[in-house]
Amino acid sequence: MSPGLRRRLVPYFLLGPGLIWLLLFFVVPLYFMGRLSLESGTLETGFQFTWEWSNYTDSLSRFDNQFVRSFIYAGVATLIALLIAYPLAYAIAFRGGRWKNALLLIVVAPFFTTYLIRTIAWTTILSDDSFIVDALQTVALLGDDGRLLATPTAVIAGITYNFLPFMVLPIYASLERIDQSLIEAAKDLYSSSRQAFTRVTLPLSAPGIVAGTLLTFIPAAGDFVNAFYLGSINQQMVGNRIQSLYLNERDFPTAAALSFTLMAAILLIVFLYIRFAGSEALMGDEEEVE
Amino acid sequence: MSRVWAWLRHQAIVIYAGVAVAYLLIPIGVIAVFSFNDPAGKFNYSWEGFTLDYWTGAFDVPELNDALLNSLQLAALSTLIATALGTLIAIALVRHHFFGRTPANFLIVIPMATPEVVIGAALLSMFLIYGIPLGFTTLLIAHVMFSISFVVVVVRSRLIGFDRSLEEAARDLGANPFQTFRLVTLPLLLPGVIGAALLAFALSIDDFVISVFNSGDTITFPLFIFGASQRAIPVQVYSVATILFLAVLAAMAFVIWQQRRAERMAAMADEADEPYAATPAFPPAPGAAGG
Repeated sequence: MSPGLRRRLVPYFLLGPGLIWLLLFFVVPLYFMGRLSLESGTLETGFQFTWEWSNYTDSLSRFDNQFVRSFIYAGVATLIALLIAYPLAYAIAFRGGRWKNALLLIVVAPFFTTYLIRTIAWTTILSDDSFIVDALQTVALLGDDGRLLATPTAVIAGITYNFLPFMVLPIYASLERIDQSLIEAAKDLYSSSRQAFTRVTLPLSAPGIVAGTLLTFIPAAGDFVNAFYLGSINQQMVGNRIQSLYLNERDFPTAAALSFTLMAAILLIVFLYIRFAGSEALMGDEEEVE
Repeated sequence: MSRVWAWLRHQAIVIYAGVAVAYLLIPIGVIAVFSFNDPAGKFNYSWEGFTLDYWTGAFDVPELNDALLNSLQLAALSTLIATALGTLIAIALVRHHFFGRTPANFLIVIPMATPEVVIGAALLSMFLIYGIPLGFTTLLIAHVMFSISFVVVVVRSRLIGFDRSLEEAARDLGANPFQTFRLVTLPLLLPGVIGAALLAFALSIDDFVISVFNSGDTITFPLFIFGASQRAIPVQVYSVATILFLAVLAAMAFVIWQQRRAERMAAMADEADEPYAATPAFPPAPGAAGG
């Protein structure tokens, strides 16, 4: 083998093992899920591949409520997370001083406890005889027999909490990169603090906002843990149905069709969002080869 | 009075951030506090009294210990494999020009942008069609799969800030390629690789959604909690969760401290040059939902 050829093959040897793993255990499974979604039959009679497109229309009409709910809950949670995360990231980036790293550690701290346990902790916090419910009843924001658990509020609160770090970190990263002299220049040119923020800081942090909203929205739309613990049957999301169709009812074709529809819907929303937000906002700093 | 107002306005964002930080920490506090609870009945939902029983007896539930052991083995193995595969990919992406970069990048990003429930369901579909029995092996396959992308992202961010003139200097001074790699490249790359490995470990040990689809009869720590939560969660789960939390916190703090030390040393080394580009110990992890 000539040294030139060897040099050209090196990257493929480096990439090979990892990419093959991703191909075999990510791409190929998606193909099989696609095939499964077009099969017909029952668990007893066995499933046959019959191009059963009606699995898609049937599952959509059966579970349209769960679909709508998934996207509404995920959308609202993403919005609330943005409202919480932006000022937090801003404070850490510009006012954090020597505490920056410690504060970032606190932001990711929820990830250091098990996902299920921190969601279950919220069931304690929001339970009927909890301090919060008492307080809300006292100020009459909640009726005397009103509750928080098993309401959309609880599910959205749980989703917001669980995915908040995904919103904070990219926004922080984009704020951190901003050249302070640009903001000073704006002030030298007689802009008010507010103008400096809306004309300089906010546009420059847009990539972080786009990345953060995507990283929050995607897992939120597919989540079923929060609805499982903090909601009731009336707050079920698509994820709950996929999980139970696969693992309890074992109606694999319907479950597979539902998964594919969920993935397609999320990809469509992400695509439209990136078109709207501008892809350079997201991909701006991706190319790094020298 | 107006001075108080001005001060408040200036500090408003800091106060707001303080409230947000409290919001982030409340459930963790609840977990820690309830690990000292002495519940009257089966349910650990309301505060009944203080006890150390579940800390001294944190490992008194055999099923919980088995689950923890499974989780630790699974996380250690998947971290090892995913870190090796991901680091190689990162090196290829940053150091080499080659045909097929864009699809390779795409293949790495897409799993992070796919909801976990879809990843879990797709893998289960394949295992079902091939009749592959579910268990530790299928879990390992799944965990390596979802960890690779995150390893690539972390190691790549470290490689981008890498000063290649150091390697050239080593070669000019007579080091062969192997020595250069061992004595220069590896030590500089190591913080990134360790950060990536820690992230992969944390992702694996916390994974619930993908695992619940592909576990068969193998019970991991999150799966044990899931099963127990349908009856009554032993208080030990809270103490073990607190122990895990503190361990990860310590590991992360250590990595950050190491990295800052390395940066300070690098900055000292090339005083004239601009300071060494800082790369975070853990990435702005996309998709690391856990669960």
